[in-house]
Amino acid sequence: MVDVTPADAVPPAEVAEMELYHPHSWWTKYVFSQDAKVIAIQYSATATAIGMVALVLSWMMRLQLGFPGTFDFITPEAYYQFITMHGMIMVIYLLTALFLGGFGNYLIPLMVGARDMVFPYVNMLSYWIYLLAVLVLVSSFFAPGGPTGAGWTLYPPQAIMTGTPGGQDWGIILMLVSLILFIIGFTMGGLNYVVTVLQARTRGMTLMRLPLTVWGIFTATVMALLAFPALFVACVMMLFDRALGTSFFMPAIVEMGEQLQHGGGSPILFQHLFWFFGHPEVYIVALPAFGIVSDLISTHARKNIFGYRMMVWAIVGIGALSFVVWAHHMYVSGMHPYFGFFFATTTLIIAVPTAIKVYNWVLTLWRGDIHLTVPMLFALAFIVTFVNGGLTGLFLGNVVVDVPLSDTMFVVAHFHMVMGVAPILVICGAIYHWYPKVTGRMLNEAMGQFHFWVTFLGAYLIFFPMHYIGLMGVPRRYNELTATTVMTESAHDLNAFISIMAFLVGFAQIVFLFNLIWSIRHGREAGGNPWRATTLEWQTSETPPAHGNFGKELPIVYRWAYDYSVPGAKEDFIPQNMPGSFGSSREPA
Amino acid sequence: MSVILVFLLVIVGFAGWWLSHQRLMAKPWLEQGVIGDIIGPEGSALPTAKIGLGVFLAVVGCLFALFTSAYFMRMALSDWQALPLPRVLWFNTGVLVLSSIALQCASVAARRGEIDAVRLGLVTAGLTALAFLVGQIVAWRELTADGYLLTANPANSFFYLITGMHGLHILGGLVGLGRTTAGAWNGARPERLRLGVELCAMYWHFLLFVWLAIFALLAGWAATFIEICRQLLT
Repeated sequence: MVDVTPADAVPPAEVAEMELYHPHSWWTKYVFSQDAKVIAIQYSATATAIGMVALVLSWMMRLQLGFPGTFDFITPEAYYQFITMHGMIMVIYLLTALFLGGFGNYLIPLMVGARDMVFPYVNMLSYWIYLLAVLVLVSSFFAPGGPTGAGWTLYPPQAIMTGTPGGQDWGIILMLVSLILFIIGFTMGGLNYVVTVLQARTRGMTLMRLPLTVWGIFTATVMALLAFPALFVACVMMLFDRALGTSFFMPAIVEMGEQLQHGGGSPILFQHLFWFFGHPEVYIVALPAFGIVSDLISTHARKNIFGYRMMVWAIVGIGALSFVVWAHHMYVSGMHPYFGFFFATTTLIIAVPTAIKVYNWVLTLWRGDIHLTVPMLFALAFIVTFVNGGLTGLFLGNVVVDVPLSDTMFVVAHFHMVMGVAPILVICGAIYHWYPKVTGRMLNEAMGQFHFWVTFLGAYLIFFPMHYIGLMGVPRRYNELTATTVMTESAHDLNAFISIMAFLVGFAQIVFLFNLIWSIRHGREAGGNPWRATTLEWQTSETPPAHGNFGKELPIVYRWAYDYSVPGAKEDFIPQNMPGSFGSSREPA
Repeated sequence: MSVILVFLLVIVGFAGWWLSHQRLMAKPWLEQGVIGDIIGPEGSALPTAKIGLGVFLAVVGCLFALFTSAYFMRMALSDWQALPLPRVLWFNTGVLVLSSIALQCASVAARRGEIDAVRLGLVTAGLTALAFLVGQIVAWRELTADGYLLTANPANSFFYLITGMHGLHILGGLVGLGRTTAGAWNGARPERLRLGVELCAMYWHFLLFVWLAIFALLAGWAATFIEICRQLLT
């Protein structure tokens, strides 16, 4: 038992009140706002908009793969451009921006009991630079030669050569500039998320009382701050190679019968830099998802999270480990066997903390009072999907298995499962969960159920067959495989089936978007705490929370975030800011 | 990639030290009704802006560590030809040291509340930092005049790239320094001025440290040092 200060002897909040910026006009209130909640909505809306572009691009690819030769406008060049932009947008401009810029901005100040982010002006700049990055990216669609078609990994030398779409036109330059801008913008936001968690927690909110959502976003932001510089360095150096003719990455090379002026550079150097960012990026997306899903499961199963400490340690452990696994993306680059052995080992070790998390989620559900609400359905679907994607990760983490599979659709299926579908399911669940706080109204339940079931089942119908055609040997990255030995009749039928399913799932997302807009006016009134949750964002005096988040006084935190179904308590949840202790078994001594 | 890994190890060590002071062994489910750490408000007693700058400097450090990693990896390839460093770099180094000293003096003066000394320190720091940038451009011009062009050799490319990146960071620092200096004349509140000067000093010392590391790297001493380390280890 710990030492106890009696609740009535508690001094009032001692966190220094921050000077809030007070908007003077419509423009500074809704457009150039310094309020983290407005910035969060701006981030989310922009990310969703560009995400829709990526969704349409994936449809285009599926049209080509499912029905090759039918659509004239999808030339091989266009196909590669679709692939590249789809991947880059989804990974960076949608997932990273939505989890950290969207959920981070909205939830961190509210959940830790702060008035706002600690550097609101920098936070505002962060969004506008992000928007600029998105606009530069979009502009490449209209540039001469179109966007880059180098693949989302942008490997040199092909990324900046003539044969690649956008390689000697504007495409690759705009892509690199856009990424550099994104990283600058993200760094501004990331500083805010980290320092707010460090410095602006309200009284009583110790680190070990933070909701796991905040732990996930916090750790992911720290990782992103350390990983994105690697992408920054890679982009700047490639920009030099492309625009100024240096040879950081470019080896001596003959193009169209002509010797280029480059020479001696190392494409492998780029791969190291890229994946030094690229692998942590997977967990930059996964850790916020882990955190959010923990909170959704605990709230909707009315049960405290199982093994809170282990969950925190696992998040931190995964964050640290993820920096020493990057070369497992480079098994086929001709590396030294011992090098591959080392990275295979670290890769498989990361399964330990990840498995701890999965066990803890399942044990949280065990004998819980499970409410199958839409957010809960998404959270459950996430667990299943993440386990599925993780299992194929065990295949690909081993060098000998990875080498034959590396260039097949199996890899595409694997990373879409673990890094595409799983985080997207969490994002959807989180939106259904927190939408009532953002707008004051519930999302429509029927549309939500439709959205969930089509997305969940549809995603499996897309990606399970894709594993099979991968194992059959169908290679990725090809826009057309009509008369090859691997492309059998059945593989072709599966491809067509996958494409139809992809359209269906995409359609469900449009229903979801419609629901988001429709429910702002027509949704059921939610009240302040519709899910009867414990965390501070549900305890605000107003819904949606006003500027400054909490009314006159900041809340004081007396307990952790997971006091659900406490024996002896009047209700089945005890908000974090409610003083006193309940129940006989856990009465402080 | 060993340089960046060593850098990250330092960060991890620091994070581990910090986390070990955060009661990670606490059992929050047993502490209900209790007001957290009995000690006082959460967060550190350091000003938030300083912590923010500290985190930012970690990111900048990461950036330069990555450039260094890339430098070493590219250096190992056969076409590398080291370039002779212009002598003016020694002068630039001296000027940047002066700049840091001036800001340190300004920061001491701000603590004592001597506004004239603060102003003097700030202006000296600003002018010397500008002199450093001019010196860097002189170094670039000397190199190009001697035929060490950007694209001629990766060693040249890295020289321009890394010094340019460092110069950009100094330039960004000058914006902050300019605002603080303006505040020193327009009668900013003493505690605010003091914080501003201290932040500038922190940033300047860090960029001086980065410059010294870069200088050692470009002069080839860093490679020799790592070679010695490697021989000691094997």
